[in-house]
Amino acid sequence: MKAITRQKALAEIERMLDGNSRVFIVGCGTCATMCRTGGKAELLDMERKLTNLGKTVTGSVVIPTVCDALDQQAVAENTKAIEEADCILVMACAYGVQALALYTDKPVYPALDTLFMGQEMSPGVFSEVCVQCGECVLEWTSGICPLTACPKGLLNGPCGGAKNGKCEVSALKDCAWEVIYDRLRKQGKLGNLKKRRALRNFAASAKPGTYLVDSKDDQLK
Amino acid sequence: MNLREKLAAGRFVVTCEVGPPKGVDITDMRRSAERVRGKVDAVNVTDQQSSVMRLGSLAGCVLLTQWGLEPVLQMTCRDRNRIALQSDLLSAYALGIENVLCLTGDYVTLGDHPQAKPVFDLDSVSLIETARQLEKGHDLAGKELKGSPRFFIGACVTPEADVLEPQIIKMDKKVEAGAQFFQTQAVYDAGRFADFMSTVRHIKVPILAGIVVLRSAAMGRYMNEKAAGIRVPERLIDEMDRAPDKAAKGVEIAVRTIAEVKGLCQGVHIMTIGQEKRTSDIIDAAGL
Repeated sequence: MKAITRQKALAEIERMLDGNSRVFIVGCGTCATMCRTGGKAELLDMERKLTNLGKTVTGSVVIPTVCDALDQQAVAENTKAIEEADCILVMACAYGVQALALYTDKPVYPALDTLFMGQEMSPGVFSEVCVQCGECVLEWTSGICPLTACPKGLLNGPCGGAKNGKCEVSALKDCAWEVIYDRLRKQGKLGNLKKRRALRNFAASAKPGTYLVDSKDDQLK
Repeated sequence: MNLREKLAAGRFVVTCEVGPPKGVDITDMRRSAERVRGKVDAVNVTDQQSSVMRLGSLAGCVLLTQWGLEPVLQMTCRDRNRIALQSDLLSAYALGIENVLCLTGDYVTLGDHPQAKPVFDLDSVSLIETARQLEKGHDLAGKELKGSPRFFIGACVTPEADVLEPQIIKMDKKVEAGAQFFQTQAVYDAGRFADFMSTVRHIKVPILAGIVVLRSAAMGRYMNEKAAGIRVPERLIDEMDRAPDKAAKGVEIAVRTIAEVKGLCQGVHIMTIGQEKRTSDIIDAAGL
């Protein structure tokens, strides 16, 4: 599962960086590289764009994974270039921005918007796979997540909105419940659809800002 | 007799709908309601239909009561979480409204506030269960209510869904959850509707066939192409195409469809989408 990101518009990045003439840029070698939003090529492109805006890029680095402790080492290795910068522009997911902030007192700015937890279906096509509901239902839905693949997150079967197998929200999306129905039918498990499902427990989903103290303690705090 | 009693007595019932205004000028809504007063058994008030923000269905139902009509409160799960939905169910009952049609609701992006937060805390099945739970004197948290409501709970089904079986499975779940009547999505082909009624003959709650009145051949073609769960036969589109007076032809087709489905179900739900004058024309011509 990868953090799927999209680069913010240059005008917005320019607004964020207003008053910062010297910028250090951080990219990410994992998700943002796969999304083509914060890999080596995108870093070079951003460097050129910022230079065109009259900024000085004091340095840049693609950290293999911005979302872990590797940041500490990367910050140490780039101390001089970071010290010379007014701020750090982070071309990684929101987690990466927050992780990096743990290791530097410089202002960190997000160059990307984090969209969803997803996977690459084909080059450049990303699909959301999990909304982190905290109560996995894949057991009885034949491995298709209705909370993710159905925009309404329905648990009791399809609404009346599908047309030619497509969702009312987008003609690009298959109706999740028609896919689930089809798979369960082939598996001889339509009984799964016939059970009325309990209300979703939103207290089980870890948002916003919830944390698990340790894995032995199953209470979300 | 109210809607519940009429259906229990085996009367063929007629319902229709009015859409509340976008704004507070209720003149047109009142005119529409008064046109059908005495001709229909109940009037549905739509809940932010097509996700377009407007005056609320609960207020619309109270107004209908004041104007001497029996309302059906349409409730969707799009805009309210379980706290607000339960509260509105209690409010409705306290204001004298018993008929509730429980719907999932269109998605937010289909309407005029596409950036709004979609809720869908409950769905149509769990909303029906919720109404039932309140009737039993407890809320969803199990807390005791001071005085419990009594509803006549409706639900929706789409007989012309592309893939029918999951719709019927869900229909069964709605009955299990406590649905006491159904109003269907639009029906144009009585033969296919007869097949549908035969498929759901194990369901013992009254079913009101949805009648959506055609305004033009283009509307028929548009619905075939875009609207979910609606199938207008080509022969009806041709008929509309050839007719010099489209409005009269639309009414004629609706009257004919009602005559064809009358022996198959327990009532009809007429949707004229803002042209309630035609509802009264249809009822007069259908002899209902």
